[in-house]
Amino acid sequence: MSEAAIAPKLGAPIIEMRDVNKWYGEFHVLRNVNMQVKKGEKVVICGPSGSGKSTAIRCINRLEEHQKGQIIVDGIELTANLKNIELIRREVGMVFQQFNLFPHLTVLENLTLAPIWVRKVPKKEAEETAMYYLNRVRIPEQANKYPGQLSGGQQQRVAIARSLCMKPNIMLFDEPTSALDPEMVKEVLDVMVGLANEGMTMICVTHEMGFARTVADTMVFMDRGEVVETSAPEEFFAAPKNERTRAFLGQILHH
Amino acid sequence: MATTTMLPASGPNGAQRFAVWVRANLFNSIGNSIITIVFGSFALWVLWNIVKWGVIDAVWVAPNMRACQAAGTGACWAFVGEKWRFILFGRYPYEEQWRSALVTLILFGMTGASFVPKLWRLEMVYAWVAAWIICGVLMWGGVLGLAPVESDLWSGLPLTLILSLISMIFGFVLAIFLALGRRSNLPIVKLVCTVFIEVMRGVPLITVLFMASLMLPLFLPPGFSVSKLLRAVIAITMFLGAYQAEDLRAGLMALPKGQYEAADALGLSYWRKTKSIVLPQAITIVIPPLVGNLIGNFKNTSLVSIISLLDLMSTTQVALVDPNWRGLTSEAYLFLGAIYFAACFAMSRYSQWLEVLLNKGKRR
Repeated sequence: MSEAAIAPKLGAPIIEMRDVNKWYGEFHVLRNVNMQVKKGEKVVICGPSGSGKSTAIRCINRLEEHQKGQIIVDGIELTANLKNIELIRREVGMVFQQFNLFPHLTVLENLTLAPIWVRKVPKKEAEETAMYYLNRVRIPEQANKYPGQLSGGQQQRVAIARSLCMKPNIMLFDEPTSALDPEMVKEVLDVMVGLANEGMTMICVTHEMGFARTVADTMVFMDRGEVVETSAPEEFFAAPKNERTRAFLGQILHH
Repeated sequence: MATTTMLPASGPNGAQRFAVWVRANLFNSIGNSIITIVFGSFALWVLWNIVKWGVIDAVWVAPNMRACQAAGTGACWAFVGEKWRFILFGRYPYEEQWRSALVTLILFGMTGASFVPKLWRLEMVYAWVAAWIICGVLMWGGVLGLAPVESDLWSGLPLTLILSLISMIFGFVLAIFLALGRRSNLPIVKLVCTVFIEVMRGVPLITVLFMASLMLPLFLPPGFSVSKLLRAVIAITMFLGAYQAEDLRAGLMALPKGQYEAADALGLSYWRKTKSIVLPQAITIVIPPLVGNLIGNFKNTSLVSIISLLDLMSTTQVALVDPNWRGLTSEAYLFLGAIYFAACFAMSRYSQWLEVLLNKGKRR
């Protein structure tokens, strides 16, 4: 694997999380999370379930509210200010574990809804963009079907295309392959690798360590709401510094 | 008791297959055979009596009840023949009743057309607006050479239709806002909607009708009067709105959280999300209870008689007071029941059909 091919040219920080804390009632889900993501950087977050990794990325587009600390996305700080939240959501695409396509709309309508109403793109142009991205994820022939008629892998690729239609600067992936049948994981990962190679800023919560090795610039290991270790993938996989990281990697890599 | 067995998919002709089915399901043991014979003969006996009373011994033409009773022991359908026009159109001036009839036809026609999904487009809304204007002109008159008719004289089937359809349209719109309001993050909005819904659901419709008819005038500036009809429409609309709001709220809660999140993540505004993502799915989920409440509402309109509006039910009761035809309660209510049943059954079947249609291709 030649690292040179995907050698990142990283820009200025585009996402900054500073001492972010979050509680669900008494339960402390995020403890002083610090993270900095540069433009074009690919960050893979891993960790045991319940470690707060999904919650952390869901704070970035304010699907979850943090209670302490600062989150700055593209120069805008996330607060209760609805205008700012809308601005940030336009720039940040998100792909969910359960796809969350809109089942009552066709694939094409799923893809054009937000560009038309949020970006105010004319319908025709939105449809052209949609078809371009459906080609990119290699399912243009499914444009007029309903999500329920597609396989899980196809649905997830539609979900990725739906986010891309908004022309986001940042893509968040929340365990995008965890709900897929094993034979469908690769088709989704391939699309994500393609996206990474084009220089998209990406944060992925995933257990696909092969994907992480190929794509990640930075690995983040979270456990019990804390960022335990942040390092480059070579170092992360070859010589994890922290005991908990070693234990986790031992569990998921040897089976 | 009888158990159901699948019919053989292919094989002998229909009659033979029926015989096989009967043997397998109705006469498959001595006990079941006895039960089948006992209940079967009872059912036949009841059916025979109904047919005998309603058709064989019935009297179809007679000048009054006495003549009817002399002519036969069965039902006196002559009553319906004599009174149908009063039952359908009530006190609306006799010579002008064609206007009432036309309004009834227009409203039935528009409702029927609205049942067709292919016609669900913006033009349908315009057509409804036009239809209501035409109906208003026909019912009120006073223009285009039509004699004016007070709304207090509107009665029978057109009144029932007007009350049901208008409360249905505005009630549903009200329900949407109440349901959204009850789930709102804004405490005042939430409180107002919750209180409204709970109060409306906590009292009988009769109470709401009385309140609207007696108390509404107290709140209005002097000299400003609201017709009884409008008061009834407001009361029924609020009542139906509260019930349907709760149906819709169930739909809103049944919608997976991921749908809201996906819409949020795409940056859709609250109203866009609600209109394009949330409501279409939530409404589809709760079609059965929504239609259930519409059916209930259609029958509930008969309660307006207590504020002396003459709906279909009241005209039937008034028709029965005629000394020439007193005592023909069964015939009158069967006729009335048939009209209500036809309308309610149509709504019920339509809702089942619609559910299947809307779920087509979207299930997984």
